[in-house]
Amino acid sequence: MRHIKQVILVLVVLFSTQLIYGADAHKDDASEEFDPMEMIMHHIADTHEWHVISYTNGEGHKVNITLPLPIILIYQGQFNVFMSSAFDHGHKVVKKGDVYYKLYHEKIYVTDADGTIHYDDHHNVKNAKPWDFSITRNVGSMFLSVLLLLWLFISAARKYGSTPSTPKGLQSFLEPLILFVRDDIAVAQIGKEKAGRFMPFLMTVFFFIWINNLIGLIPFFPGGSNLTGNISVTMLLAMITFLITNFSGTKSYWGHIFWMPGVPVPIRILLSFIEFIGLFTKPFALMIRLMANITAGHIIILSLFSLIFVMKSVAIAPVSILMGLMMFMLELLVAVLQAYIFTLLSALFIGMAVHEEEH
Amino acid sequence: MEGLSLTTIGLGLIIIGAGYGIGRIAQSAMEAMGRQPEISSKIQTAMIIAAALIEGAALFAIVVALMKG
Repeated sequence: MRHIKQVILVLVVLFSTQLIYGADAHKDDASEEFDPMEMIMHHIADTHEWHVISYTNGEGHKVNITLPLPIILIYQGQFNVFMSSAFDHGHKVVKKGDVYYKLYHEKIYVTDADGTIHYDDHHNVKNAKPWDFSITRNVGSMFLSVLLLLWLFISAARKYGSTPSTPKGLQSFLEPLILFVRDDIAVAQIGKEKAGRFMPFLMTVFFFIWINNLIGLIPFFPGGSNLTGNISVTMLLAMITFLITNFSGTKSYWGHIFWMPGVPVPIRILLSFIEFIGLFTKPFALMIRLMANITAGHIIILSLFSLIFVMKSVAIAPVSILMGLMMFMLELLVAVLQAYIFTLLSALFIGMAVHEEEH
Repeated sequence: MEGLSLTTIGLGLIIIGAGYGIGRIAQSAMEAMGRQPEISSKIQTAMIIAAALIEGAALFAIVVALMKG
């Protein structure tokens, strides 16, 4: 408790930097009419370049500093790798072989030499799309989190020698968390004998989601990407849970799904339909829950900061900062809570699947 | 800002329903914890699971509302 003042000070300074960055990025947009919706959606979406900082230089020009990321495309058997700076923020058409690529609203399309985009009646783009395996901002952020996790856990694991000793440093931070995942999630839901098999998965999911939620909350350069709020990422995580659950299902688990014991036959048939659909809705809910919670958090925080630029007043800034700080605190809780819920529900589904008949 | 649409009203209804449901769960869980503090960790886990299931249903509705809207 002695350090509580310093901690609060550091947090206030840390989280108010978001505001300064926001101000830099949109200083000269004020004349053009600042559109909060566009700014927020741009932040939520994945991008092909990593925005570092924007500022207005001495001559009044806006300077954007971005980190170009590699673009990897496959189109009609043609394999292309180049940096996203070749697109010049979507202003230039890139020619590779005899194919022209254009970056249009963060999607890459195949166009003609002028970069013409064709629309159908519903204003959807008709141009062909190459297969896009690019290292986008989200992928870059994921690599960063993986490196961070490897460093954290390998350096902590090295300290466990043959002779037991008191945990020190990183160890004493990670050990209670690992024990929490083991005892309160895995063992509690799956049971003592079988929990060990699923521990690596549950641990990975818990720490991967948590660290990515936290990286998403860092307001400046290497952080701030909306990775766990991206539906493809959560879909893959939920799909892994789905596969593990169903591949480790016991006879009694499948029996309870397709031929529920102890009920009349017509209801068994009805229940088997419902249970079969339930197989898919469970991971679907996992996917949507994580995505919606994290994206909603990002949208709320950015909306609070947009308030200053919408109102065009400095007087609103203290209110905005305070409410933003409160949201950041709440998001710190949500970050760990969503990781916990995802892991807990995964463990619960696995526990239901591996449960052996006792009665 | 195109005025009040049916989607907006629907989203409001979803929030009312989910909020009421999760509120009831929290209320019952807290009463149970008050009666039997020694098993409060078990109650807490059950509470979070039930709340997560309601939240899941609410999120389905939100996704459908946003897709239709």
